[in-house]
Amino acid sequence: MTLLSSLRHRLATLFSPPDRNAELEEELRSHIQLRADDLERSGLGRAEAERRARIDFGGYERYRQESHEAALGRFTESLAQDLRFAVRVLRKSLGFTSVAVLTLALGIGANSVAFSLMNALVLRPLDLPHAQALYSIERGKQNEPAQSYPDYRDLRDRTRSFEGIVAYSITRAGLSDNGDATTAWLYQVSGNYFDVLDIRPYLGRFFHASDEHGDNSANYLVLSYPYWQNHFQGDRSVVGRIVLLNKHPFTILGVAPSKFHGTEMYFTPNFWVPLVSGSQAGGWGDLNLRASRDVWLLGRLKPGVTVAQATTDLNAVGEYLAATYPAQDQHIRFSLTRPGLMGDTLGRPVHAFVGGIMSLALLILLAACANLGSLFAARAADRSREVALRLSLGSSRRRILRQLMTEAMLISLTGGSLGLLGGLLALHSLDTWQPVPSFPVHLPVSPDARTYAAALVLALASGFLFGLVPVRQVLRTNPWQVVKSGSLTARDHGLGFRDVLLVIQVAVCAVLITACLVAVRGLQQSLRCNYGFTPDHALLVQTDLSMAGYDGGRATAMQRRILDTVEALPGISAVGLTDRMPLDGENMVNNHLMFKETTAELTAPNAAANAAVQNVSTNYFQAAGTALLTGRVFSRQDDASAPRVAIVNRTFAIRLFGSVESATGGYFKTADGSRVQVVGVAEDGKYRTIAEQPQSAIFEPLLQNPTNATWVIVRSIRKPQELAAAVDQRLRRLDTALPFTVRTWQNELDGALFASRVVSVSLGMLGTFGAMLAFTGIFGMASYAVSRRLKELGIRIALGAQPRNVLQAVLGRAFRLLALGSVVGLALGAVGSNLLAFIAYQGTARDPLVLCGAVAAMMFLGLLATWVPALRAVSVHPVTLLREE
Amino acid sequence: MNDQAQLLPGTLDLLILRAVSLGPRHGYGILLRISQISGNSLLIEQGALYPGLFRLVCKCLLKASWGTSENNRRAMFYTLTAGGRRRLQEETDNWKRLVTTITAALSTQPEEA
Repeated sequence: MTLLSSLRHRLATLFSPPDRNAELEEELRSHIQLRADDLERSGLGRAEAERRARIDFGGYERYRQESHEAALGRFTESLAQDLRFAVRVLRKSLGFTSVAVLTLALGIGANSVAFSLMNALVLRPLDLPHAQALYSIERGKQNEPAQSYPDYRDLRDRTRSFEGIVAYSITRAGLSDNGDATTAWLYQVSGNYFDVLDIRPYLGRFFHASDEHGDNSANYLVLSYPYWQNHFQGDRSVVGRIVLLNKHPFTILGVAPSKFHGTEMYFTPNFWVPLVSGSQAGGWGDLNLRASRDVWLLGRLKPGVTVAQATTDLNAVGEYLAATYPAQDQHIRFSLTRPGLMGDTLGRPVHAFVGGIMSLALLILLAACANLGSLFAARAADRSREVALRLSLGSSRRRILRQLMTEAMLISLTGGSLGLLGGLLALHSLDTWQPVPSFPVHLPVSPDARTYAAALVLALASGFLFGLVPVRQVLRTNPWQVVKSGSLTARDHGLGFRDVLLVIQVAVCAVLITACLVAVRGLQQSLRCNYGFTPDHALLVQTDLSMAGYDGGRATAMQRRILDTVEALPGISAVGLTDRMPLDGENMVNNHLMFKETTAELTAPNAAANAAVQNVSTNYFQAAGTALLTGRVFSRQDDASAPRVAIVNRTFAIRLFGSVESATGGYFKTADGSRVQVVGVAEDGKYRTIAEQPQSAIFEPLLQNPTNATWVIVRSIRKPQELAAAVDQRLRRLDTALPFTVRTWQNELDGALFASRVVSVSLGMLGTFGAMLAFTGIFGMASYAVSRRLKELGIRIALGAQPRNVLQAVLGRAFRLLALGSVVGLALGAVGSNLLAFIAYQGTARDPLVLCGAVAAMMFLGLLATWVPALRAVSVHPVTLLREE
Repeated sequence: MNDQAQLLPGTLDLLILRAVSLGPRHGYGILLRISQISGNSLLIEQGALYPGLFRLVCKCLLKASWGTSENNRRAMFYTLTAGGRRRLQEETDNWKRLVTTITAALSTQPEEA
């Protein structure tokens, strides 16, 4: 058996179902038995008869293989032939092949990344047993995911549609295990958490509902697998060990399985502790207050219960709550949604974003297909001689089409694998990306079988799409005509099929380029906007004094010591302290209602402003680089014994007092009725999110509003790394049990800019892809136009045509199509700008700069892509050409 | 055995079609039928029948289905499809023409100079 036929046999075995093989064997054996029966009847013994029958049959193994191949038909054989021929043909025109493969690789690469995102964030449920029965419980029209603990208890005990409802919240605590404390991220969960989710411990045991006996009754801790590996080196003896959490002793009960990442998709906690002990573990809500809404709820539906039934059930309890606690739970309504992205809070924008990216990626693939389609059609026209020759030599049209299809599939599979490879690399870097420095976000985008399947299906589908384009051409080929005249003489007048393809492609690319520009412009604006502070040359030190058990007056004293310690370092220009950091996504600046001094009834409709409130130290403005427009900063005399004072921002000053100047010295009232005097006015800034409109803000002296939350801003001209090390070292000496994080302010801001950066980068990349596709498309079209009319051009030049006329003759059409496509694309882009504005920060395609940019980009691409073909057209040497024929 | 003729390439398929056209048969039965209708004068190794059979099934000229042989063994039975019947007719005509032509050519006497 030759190597090739052995290979083919193996292929055949591979592709045929095993029962077919077994059937074949059975049939051959049955033949031998029948023969033996005959021989036995003629007087031979059974054994001898069977032996003879086998000899008569001949080479059993050989015939079995041959039969097997025959059973599969000539399909594999001719497939191999087609493949060999396709490889040869494609290798002969390497330029065409590489352009085609790269084009498709771009399309498939973009799609595999987009699909993985969609798969991870939208399609794939949480990785939990029977996850399809799990739902997040949300409240009200705003779909608030956070509920109060007393409401949770009522929902848990009074509903009948759920097997169980769990409550959880994410928080941070200082963990110390015989040494320096480190900041750890944890879930505080209800006692039934692991039981309702149906998770079994990897090591030790979990806590249960029966472990809860009131506040701080269950100081237990369950480690996550990765944290156990990294922090405790996978030591199995940790079970039963006591560690200090915010200086309170907690017992390690066990370790969760490695596959369990908690109930939110984007984050794996270090450990889980019971909610009832939450106040000792960095929890921020009061479990006994119905108005304090801090826990997220996840319910597991009973088998057979529908979402509608469960919602009705929840709302029945909601009516009871509203009637019983009208002050807190008036008009309370519940709804169910998919869990994993803080209910709809993250879910909605994430779904919109992923949807947008996926549709743009599909557009890219569409453009790539149009591109390849026109390339293939052009090629088929050039190969009309070959097709005609094969037809006249007796090949069937079907066989020729199959050959062309094989080439298309070969290209689509090669391009698809290349694109998938690139996509996987991109996904790998996404998977290990830490976008938000203060919070251990993990994007679970590791590709799975579905990603590969999607890439394969898309590659094959696009191969089929662009492979179909030349079919009509081949079916129409008249061999006699072609062989006689040398090439397809039919000149397409008007808008031919290929022209339509080019216009579609250019239009799609124009949309993508518009999207890209919108995104880049949005990013530029978000970077240039005035934050109201100066993040350069500043370090941030973050801690929460409650993590080491400080409270009340002790916290204030500790903050004083921290400030003094840092100020004592050399090279420091200013050190300030605030309780909430502007643009900190995790612990946002709170807004409170403020009233004019003259307002008597302090209710929401009468409020003059809903102002962001920060409590700051005396040197905060200098350290933060926030400009004071008028008035004074706080002094040490502005303490609890002094009258209340505040510094307000410009917006607040204008809203309450009419102007910046008249604000100083004026008074306003807080919601509790106390009068506060304005001592200064600061510039406007961004407080909660980067995209917010200018809003009112006030700063109050820390000494009048003591707090545990601590952000220290260190402004210095020293190198950040060096300074960070010094600051860290000094602060650790103050209290080893107090965990700190020290980062540059720029680094911290990355978190705030995260969303708009992700959007901008992805749109930017898609736009670049679009531009590349537009380029290859126009280039292909133009060079084809030139190569097809080379002879005609030679004659024209020989007869004295000027370069201008030649260019017009060849490229006029390409330019007209380009212009048409661009106009269509820009119009579509403008129409789709609503979608773009939604996913890109401050994005609008009506921005004149964006429009001009898109037009310029398309023209530039057009010029660039036609440059080489144009040069070739102009430099045609008539003599050489005429000699060639 | 020496007086048995070697089969010309391509003729086995024709013989199979012919054998099956006389009624459904299993593989061994087809073989016996071929020996019978050719008067035992063709040399076919028994196993060689099967690649041919499967080729014909694959071209949809034969249809195969499991059945039970006369002595109660499970065996694959073959029947002719409409296409198979047509093909048998064509091939038979072709063969007859070929034989006539070749025979005529071979029986031509050398021309007298």
